[in-house]
Amino acid sequence: MSVTLDAKIPAGPIEDKWDSYKNDVKLVNPNNKRRFKIIVVGTGLAGASAAATLAELGYQVDAFTFHDSPRRAHSIAAQGGINAAKNYRGDGDSIHRLFYDTVKGGDFRSREANVHRLAQVSVDIIDQMVAQGVPFAREYGGLLDNRSFGGAQVSRTFYARGQTGQQLLLGAYQQLARQIGLGGVRLFNRVELVDTVVIDGRCSGIVTRDLMTGEFQSHAAHAVVLATGGYGNVFFLSTNAMACNVTAAWRAHQRGAYFANPCYTQIHPTCIPQADDTQSKLTLMSESLRNDGRVWVPKDQDDRRPADQIPEDARDYYLERLYPSYGNLAPRDIASRAAKRAVDTGRGVGPLKNGVYLDFSAAIERVGFDTVWERYSNLFEMYERITGENPTKVPMRIYPASHYTMGGLWVDYELMTTVPGLYCAGEANFSDHGANRLGASALMQGLADGYFVLPYTIGNYLAPLLGKPMPEIDHPEFRAAEASAAQRFKGYLDIGGTRSPDWFHRELGKIIWDYCGMERTQQGLEKALSELPALYAEFQKDLRVTGDGTSMNQTLEKAGRVDDFFQLGMLMCRDALERNESCGGHFRAEYQDDEGEAKRDDEHFAHVAAWEWTGDPMKATRNVEQLEFEAVHLATRSYK
Amino acid sequence: MTEHLTNLTLKIWRQPSPDVEGHFESYRIDSISEEASFLELLDVLNERLITEGREPVTFDHDCREGICGSCSLMIDGQAHGPQKGTATCQLHMRKFHSGQEIVVEPWRATAFPVIKDLMVDRSAFDRIIESGGFITAPTGGAPDANLTLIPKVVADSAMDAAECIGCGACVAACPNGAANLFTAAKVSHLNLLPQGQPERFSRVEAMVETMEQYFGSCTNHGECEAACPKSISIDFIALMNKDYLRAKFANRKELSRT
Repeated sequence: MSVTLDAKIPAGPIEDKWDSYKNDVKLVNPNNKRRFKIIVVGTGLAGASAAATLAELGYQVDAFTFHDSPRRAHSIAAQGGINAAKNYRGDGDSIHRLFYDTVKGGDFRSREANVHRLAQVSVDIIDQMVAQGVPFAREYGGLLDNRSFGGAQVSRTFYARGQTGQQLLLGAYQQLARQIGLGGVRLFNRVELVDTVVIDGRCSGIVTRDLMTGEFQSHAAHAVVLATGGYGNVFFLSTNAMACNVTAAWRAHQRGAYFANPCYTQIHPTCIPQADDTQSKLTLMSESLRNDGRVWVPKDQDDRRPADQIPEDARDYYLERLYPSYGNLAPRDIASRAAKRAVDTGRGVGPLKNGVYLDFSAAIERVGFDTVWERYSNLFEMYERITGENPTKVPMRIYPASHYTMGGLWVDYELMTTVPGLYCAGEANFSDHGANRLGASALMQGLADGYFVLPYTIGNYLAPLLGKPMPEIDHPEFRAAEASAAQRFKGYLDIGGTRSPDWFHRELGKIIWDYCGMERTQQGLEKALSELPALYAEFQKDLRVTGDGTSMNQTLEKAGRVDDFFQLGMLMCRDALERNESCGGHFRAEYQDDEGEAKRDDEHFAHVAAWEWTGDPMKATRNVEQLEFEAVHLATRSYK
Repeated sequence: MTEHLTNLTLKIWRQPSPDVEGHFESYRIDSISEEASFLELLDVLNERLITEGREPVTFDHDCREGICGSCSLMIDGQAHGPQKGTATCQLHMRKFHSGQEIVVEPWRATAFPVIKDLMVDRSAFDRIIESGGFITAPTGGAPDANLTLIPKVVADSAMDAAECIGCGACVAACPNGAANLFTAAKVSHLNLLPQGQPERFSRVEAMVETMEQYFGSCTNHGECEAACPKSISIDFIALMNKDYLRAKFANRKELSRT
């Protein structure tokens, strides 16, 4: 039986929804806030900003990270920038335009009300981060500088060299560190969530595993926030950090939180192509490079000349040719598929013919070497360290790679999952980007959720709970969750097979990339759904984890994460198979127009698919949240 | 075709836990692509060790893009290895040659105790930040971002300092195990900016004094700057020292008022 989901969207015109929500929301008196304990898992942009702000308000906060320090979360690696509807350029930007661009960029598969709120608070984020000392790029007069990004015709992206994510995360981390120093937040580092605990229908805490000692521990709270990032590492090779995983979200899913749109994954167009078989991850080259770089491949697939010897008329600047109004700044999904088509037709470049060129020579000629160097020096240096080539002399080689996941735990307007008291923020939730995320919007969403949304919505949940006792950690449900987690980890050690967790992860990644990557077909997905359970069975039989469970054991950590990736991988393929349309990052080859562009089916699929755990990912139940579009008009997405 | 390095010997520090004495163990790598990163070399070794039923080498790593600051290897006595301005994760095998013996150790510093093998505990850095490495700006009350003009050169200098990834190479490279470059980078980032002025002197005093609880003293060797994967300048140490000295007067004056 599938259920209809209520997103609890406030009534009224879209511009007024958030304000009227805030006017009606229940408040917790400042003196009573300290009686409530909130757990925040993850210390990236969403987690650190939520933990810091909730502690500033007076709540008791316990924050958890599996890193040695909160500052290492993967938000730190975001390069290009953060969007905000400040209209400092006077180029026609507005809250409505950022809202519209985001809904359109997401191929009309996101929830209007959430996106509008995101655009509204985007302006507050920039103010907040500047006040905290984030050194955004400045003009000579001292005002903030902007650049433009894919999928937008205005310059609304704020940046700090090529390290915007680093600077924003350090800003949020510093606010968190201040609260740790003041005693408002207790930090648990090198600790990983292994289960969430639900008692009497409310999320009552979590069970963790201490990575240094292997000890399992219960933590009780009035509310739990998961800000644990995306699941892009299901592909094995991705631009995610090595430790990024789906475990927290997946364990919550098994306890009743619905998992929404898992097939919406973003393949980023500008990554350094794979060089050999030992490759452990792919490195992103910021999309901002497409402001000044021109993408091309040789027209002739047999053209093996070095790039500088290929004359203009033998080059195909395919993005400029196909999408004249957006050109090299076409959105990510569109640019990625265009690159795949170029490589698939044999026109790829580089030793393995697995990339396309991103060429800066025209920009250097136009604005001078120094200007281009100042804009992208750290990216150019990074590229040279990895490939041994200087991109100001030889064009960069790029190819798409798994980068971001729009799917995640289903949340309502208040960012609460289907489990009361369990919230989900940042990349881990599904809500704001629809089927495709625009560049420079991930940082915006993480900070919006943590600084400006959760601090209001959590109070609304907690206010009626004042004076009601909270379950203790010796409650049987906590004990049972601890025991089952301990059993699971012991199980990995006991298998005693022959293959490492990484070996299985790599094989899993190949299946997902081949059949549920940039282009999906019914046949391919069915094949994946037959191969995955078989490989998973082998994982359960032939896994080898060395060492023990009572000291630092990175192989054991990895085993748990790969286990969850297997189950998620199956759900992803099922979701992709059921969604008989193409939209954003989900491209089903059967649903395209004559020019190879995605063909949506609004009549049947203008909804969120929210999957309900039934004990087996192959048998999950598909529930639906119908998407209502009141402020924007459903249209075919065109960037021509 | 990609070139391969052959016949490498890795001499790696193995230490099962903090209170057990460690030792070097040698491992042979027959062949590795020059396109592989140094950490991928360790991945290959670990995969082999697991298959053989032996414990793999533990090391901190995460983003592998030189920005999270997790990786922390002393390679042939140099923090992050032979390539200037490069974290271990972005060091590639083309910087080595066939037949080479490579010695791999954890960061060596009293303030960074070994957890296991090549992994160390760097939480003393967090204690420094918690003591004052922030601007007090609770969420919600910020003025418009363009209200405060920040000259480009000031923003750029603050950014030069703010690029610090907190890896600890500066401490590992310092003969005294001092954390002055790290602390100076963090102090300078905030103390250069107009938003950082109200807490400028309390910040530097608190951070320097917390640093001194954990780390050794700076004697101007300059090894830190040479080892820093972000090439952060030791000029920031001078800036921190100047502010610290001024703080001793500024903070006293404030006290006399109360």
